[in-house]
Amino acid sequence: MPALPHLLKKLIPGLGVLLLAAWGMAACKERSGSAATSVTKDIELLNVSYDPTRELFVAINEAFAKQWKTKTGQRVKIKQSHGGSGKQARAVIDGLEADVVTLALAHDVDSIADRAKLIAPDWQNRLPGHAAPYTSTIAFLVRKGNPKGIHDWSDLVKPGVRVITPNPKTSGAARWNYLAAWGFVLKSELGDMAAAHRAEKAGELAAAERKARAFMVALFKNVPVLDSGARGATTTFTNRGIGDVLINWENEILLATQQMGDGFEMVMPPTSIRAEPAVSVVDKNVDKHGTRAAAEAYLQFLYSDEGQAIGVKHHYRPQAAAPGAARRESDFPQVELFTLEDVAESWRAAQKTHFDDGGVFDQIYEPQSR
Amino acid sequence: MRTRGVLPGFRLTMGYTSLYLGLLVLVPLSALLFKAGSMGPVEFWRVVTHPRTLAAYRLTFGASALSAIINAVMGLLLAWVLVRYRFFGKSIVDAIVDLPFALPTAVAGIAMTTAYTENGWLGAPLARLGIQVAFAPLGIVVVLTFVGLPFVVRTVQPVLEELDPDLEEAAAVLGATRWQAFRLVVLPTLVPPLLTGFTLAFARAVGEYGSVVFISGNMPMRTEIAPLLIVTKLEQYDYAGATAIAVMLLGTSFVILLAINALGRWSQRAHV
Repeated sequence: MPALPHLLKKLIPGLGVLLLAAWGMAACKERSGSAATSVTKDIELLNVSYDPTRELFVAINEAFAKQWKTKTGQRVKIKQSHGGSGKQARAVIDGLEADVVTLALAHDVDSIADRAKLIAPDWQNRLPGHAAPYTSTIAFLVRKGNPKGIHDWSDLVKPGVRVITPNPKTSGAARWNYLAAWGFVLKSELGDMAAAHRAEKAGELAAAERKARAFMVALFKNVPVLDSGARGATTTFTNRGIGDVLINWENEILLATQQMGDGFEMVMPPTSIRAEPAVSVVDKNVDKHGTRAAAEAYLQFLYSDEGQAIGVKHHYRPQAAAPGAARRESDFPQVELFTLEDVAESWRAAQKTHFDDGGVFDQIYEPQSR
Repeated sequence: MRTRGVLPGFRLTMGYTSLYLGLLVLVPLSALLFKAGSMGPVEFWRVVTHPRTLAAYRLTFGASALSAIINAVMGLLLAWVLVRYRFFGKSIVDAIVDLPFALPTAVAGIAMTTAYTENGWLGAPLARLGIQVAFAPLGIVVVLTFVGLPFVVRTVQPVLEELDPDLEEAAAVLGATRWQAFRLVVLPTLVPPLLTGFTLAFARAVGEYGSVVFISGNMPMRTEIAPLLIVTKLEQYDYAGATAIAVMLLGTSFVILLAINALGRWSQRAHV
C-alpha cells in the first residue's frame, strides 16, 4: 500500500502544528491559573487594547501604578495586549482573561457584552462620555507639499487620487474612516446634522443617503489596497509609498508626522467625526480575579487630570467632561466634529447597515447583489 | 489486498494509523463539519455560492494551480542542476531551496511585498513595463510559488540521484538524441515524484494565508483569497459562515488531491 507512507509524509507538518498548538494552550492555561492565585499582595491587571495605544498605555500604566501604590500600598502590574480592535475583542470572547478592555469602538465592547456576556450590557453608562476617556478624530496624511491638493473629503473621490484606508470589516479605524466620509456627505446635503434624526425629513434623508452611497462607491474605487488594520495601512502609505492620501486616526497621523519627519504632512478636513474609543471593566473576569477595585480605579484614572494630560501628550483629544478639556482641545487642529449618533443611531445600527454581510460596504464591491 | 498478507502486524499498525489519523485529522475536522452543520443547508448554500465567495475560490484554486505548475517545471530544472552538475557553491544553493520552509510566511510576505511594490527593487522596473505584481493577482502567484518552491525539488531530487546515467548512455548508444533520451527514459521515472511534489505545493498554496495577505491588497472580488474571507468572517463573529467556506475549501481540495493521486497511480502503471 504505497498510499500510506505517502499520507504520513503529508501529515508531518500538520502534526507539528497541532503539537505546538497544544503546548501553547497548556502554557496559556498555566499562566492564567497563576494570575488568578496571585491576588494576595501584588496585583496584576491585563489591559486588552487596540493597535495604536501602545505608547499611551506604557505611560498611563506607569503613572497609575505609582498612584495606586501611594493610595493603597498595593503594587499593581499592568500587562498590555495590542492588536486590531475586532481581533482583540474576539480573543476576549474566546477566553483571553482581560481585566479591562480599551478598544477602538463601542461595537467591539458590545460584542463582548452580547456574545460572551462577560460585560454588563449597560457598560457604556458606567463611565462619563459613553465610556470614552479620550477621543480622537479622523484626518488625512498626504505627501510633502500636498501634490494632489487634498483639503477635504470631496477631494478623495477625484479621478487619479489614490486613497489608503484599511478594510472596515476587520479594522476599527477603518469603520471610523468610513463613517466620517459618510457623515461628510450627509452634512453637506442636509446642513444641520441633527436633521438626520428628524422623522419629518425622512425624504431628504433618503436622498442624502443615496448621494452618500454613490460617494462611497467613488471613494473605494480610488482605494488600491485594503489592509486589515490601521498600522498596516500606515505602513503601506509611508514605507511602501503607495497612495496619495492616507485616512487614519488623528493620533496615528500626528505620531507618523512626528516620527517620519519630512516627506509627509497632515491635512485636517473642515469636518470630521468625533471618534470615541471605548473602555470597560470585564465584569466576569475581574470578579474571578478579585481585581475589580483596581480595574475600576485604573479606568477612572484615565479621566483624571493626570491621565488626560498623558493622553494629550500622546495626541489623544481630551474627554469633554474632564477637567481642563477646553484648554487641551485648543491645542489640536481646528475641525468641526459631528458624532456617531449624528451619522447612525448607534454602533449596533451602523454595524448592521454598513458593515455586516450584505451591508452597504459589501454592496460597493458586489454590484450584482443589488 | 483482501488475502492475508505475509507481512505480520497489519492489525496493530493499521490500528495505530487509524487512531493517529483520527485524533489528528478526523476529530478536529468533524468538529468543523459539526459547526458548519449549525446553519441550515439553504443558508450553507447561500454562503458558499455567494459571488464573493466564488470569486475567492476561483482565485485561491487558480493561483495555487498556476504556482504549483510553475514549481513543477522550475523545481524539476533546479533538481536537475543540483543532481547532475558540480559547481562552486552548490551546497549553498541546495540550502537556499529549503529557506521558504524555515521562513515564517508573514516575513516572506512582507519581504516580497517590499520588493514587488511599484517602488520596490523588482516592482519599479516591472511597473515601467506596465506589469503590476504587488496588490494584483500576479503577486499572489509569486508568493505562492515561493512558499511551494522546496516541494518539487525535494521530491524529484532523490529519484534523480538514484537514476543511473547508464540508462541514458544506453539510450544514446541505441541512437536516441539527448532530447529523446530525456523525454523517453528520464522523464517517465520522474513523473510520480513530480506529481507528488506538485500535489504538496498545490495543497500548501491553497491553505496559505500569512504571506498572501500582505501582497494581495485584499480587494473583494479581485484579490481576496478564500482563507482571508474566512478570517474576515471570523472577525465579524460569523463562525458558521467561516466554517462553511472552510468546509467547501477542504472538500474541493480533498477531491482534487484524490484525483491527482489517482493520476499518479495511473501514470505509474502506464509506464512501468
